[in-house]
Amino acid sequence: MSTPSILNIQDLHVWFRVYGGVMKVLDGVDFEVNHGEKVGLVGESGCGKTTTMKSILRILPRQAIIPKGKIIFQGHEVLTMKWRELQELRGQKISMIFQDPTAALNPVFTIGEQIKDTIKYSGIAEKDTETIKNIAIKALRDCAMPDPERIMKNYPFQLSGGMRQRVCIAMALATASNLLIADEPTTNLDVTIQDQVLNLIRTLVQEKGTSLILITHSLGVAREMTDRIYVMYAGRIVEMASTQEIFEKPYHPYTRGLLNSIPKLTGEGMMVGIPGHLPNYLNPPSGCRFHPRCDDAMPECRIKKPPFIEVNNGHKVACFLYKG
Amino acid sequence: MAEDMLIIKDLKKYFPTEKKDLYVRAVDSINLTIKKGEVVGLVGESGSGKSTTAYMVMGSYAPTSGKIIFNGQDISIPAKKRPLTIKKNIQIVFQDPGTSLNPQRTVGQILGLPLRVHHIVPNKDMNDRIIKLLDMVGLSEDYMYKYPRTLGGGERQLVAIARALATDPSLLVLDEPTSALDVSVQAKIINTLMNLQKQLGMSYLFITHDMSLMRNIADRIAIMYLGKIVEIAAATDFFQRPLHPYTQMLLSSIPVVLKAEQELKPKRIRSQGEIPSPVNIPSGCRFHTRCPQAGEYCMKEEPSMVEVFNQHFVSCHLYKK
Repeated sequence: MSTPSILNIQDLHVWFRVYGGVMKVLDGVDFEVNHGEKVGLVGESGCGKTTTMKSILRILPRQAIIPKGKIIFQGHEVLTMKWRELQELRGQKISMIFQDPTAALNPVFTIGEQIKDTIKYSGIAEKDTETIKNIAIKALRDCAMPDPERIMKNYPFQLSGGMRQRVCIAMALATASNLLIADEPTTNLDVTIQDQVLNLIRTLVQEKGTSLILITHSLGVAREMTDRIYVMYAGRIVEMASTQEIFEKPYHPYTRGLLNSIPKLTGEGMMVGIPGHLPNYLNPPSGCRFHPRCDDAMPECRIKKPPFIEVNNGHKVACFLYKG
Repeated sequence: MAEDMLIIKDLKKYFPTEKKDLYVRAVDSINLTIKKGEVVGLVGESGSGKSTTAYMVMGSYAPTSGKIIFNGQDISIPAKKRPLTIKKNIQIVFQDPGTSLNPQRTVGQILGLPLRVHHIVPNKDMNDRIIKLLDMVGLSEDYMYKYPRTLGGGERQLVAIARALATDPSLLVLDEPTSALDVSVQAKIINTLMNLQKQLGMSYLFITHDMSLMRNIADRIAIMYLGKIVEIAAATDFFQRPLHPYTQMLLSSIPVVLKAEQELKPKRIRSQGEIPSPVNIPSGCRFHTRCPQAGEYCMKEEPSMVEVFNQHFVSCHLYKK
């Protein structure tokens, strides 16, 4: 297949079997990433951002079932892949940076051991110790780590939060992947450190031509980092547009609500917010899942699911207020 | 001008470490005043000592040295020794309402406890008072019989706010009350807090790392770095002319969503380096290790607070008179 897209998710449904029923978390996600593109996935916590990403790597917990949908990565269907192919996918092609670097690193091994293992099992290099060590040192140096030889001998607890996240980025990028998934990489960090880490990801991704999916709940971070943004609400993509357009002409009431909720530096006073909270996935609202919180809800929103249609050039939205 | 309600004078808090002569200098001599009915934002990165300051105001920590004066009374003594009337007047809302509310008590019981401890109302009026408190934060009467675990994060924080209001305090310490919440929920909490502040004429000591939030709600902002306040000014002044290089770095690091905001930010200053450990504070100006404008002089001598513009104080050698 010679499509420009590196990753294509179609109508993905993910359910979780739990005590008391089935949680219908993802309810038809459509998502696409092109070669070398930086894509943002934005939404409140609990809206299914991480679930979507975990299903790409097939690292969902055991209770999860995927009743419907397709995930096509570089022309191959991920959902039917065998174990060996999956290992190859995880090691060489897709890397992921998790939110909490403290939990992502093993506390009882040194940074060096962990980063060398990653390189060894990803199969990108000959398994000779010296080469692996050099790749590891280079990866750390690329991530602006001072004195990588010393850092290799350190344990995670000896590093600060920003340094740990940089180690995770080094690991993710050392294995020369085609797609980098960064799951809230800076949520636990301070703003000045966040700035450094984001800048680092931006430069490295640009240099290597890697595609990037940045998951975040901060619209500001998404604006600085991405070319295109998907907005997600309760397991569905509700809006997709180029980064510039989503901030200038947001269509979906949820996107507008999010933008109005953010305190602005210009000091316009009170924020508006969105009433209510995310629905319970055991018994989600019928029709458009956003209708109980939506000011513009119409009778048909309660009955039918709005289709995800293109209303403007490259600007898609799932809302009955807009007809293609 | 309104009278000073809280005066913090040369306040210090050192925590001992395993080594004998080494201390974690969490708060290292700060001065701050809060007037009646004023909202003061205390902004800083993690480890800057902002929460330690809050806990000293609350009385959870006894200061190593320095004074905290509340309405003319010295309260720099541990909470145990504080008179009940002082405790009643200073209340706190914590960051995480998941852990600050007792999971085994109903909302009604949680709100009833401070009322009983401080003898606010006779027992027979207890329920009416609890309903009124819930109403103040915009929750209905039914919430009285609910347990915290059945509530969403935003609702829990509203309960925590209602509990703080139970004793009718004049100073409310808010320790990052919305940083664990989503933006859509944050807006509601902030609006509730600000409406209550206007209605009841309370003063707020608002601790946060979110500058954009402070821009919208604070009267004055104090920026903290490694246990010291480096700049204090009215909220509007900060964005018109941030003086301290650290403030400029902080402002330029904020990710924003609007074009108008982008233009407001100071020219991009790439933040460099890490925050040094508060055990081993750099000599001279403690920001010199990360400061793009640091000179040799900055490493030797610690700058003192100077008033550069009216009511705009900064502690930096660049602005020496």
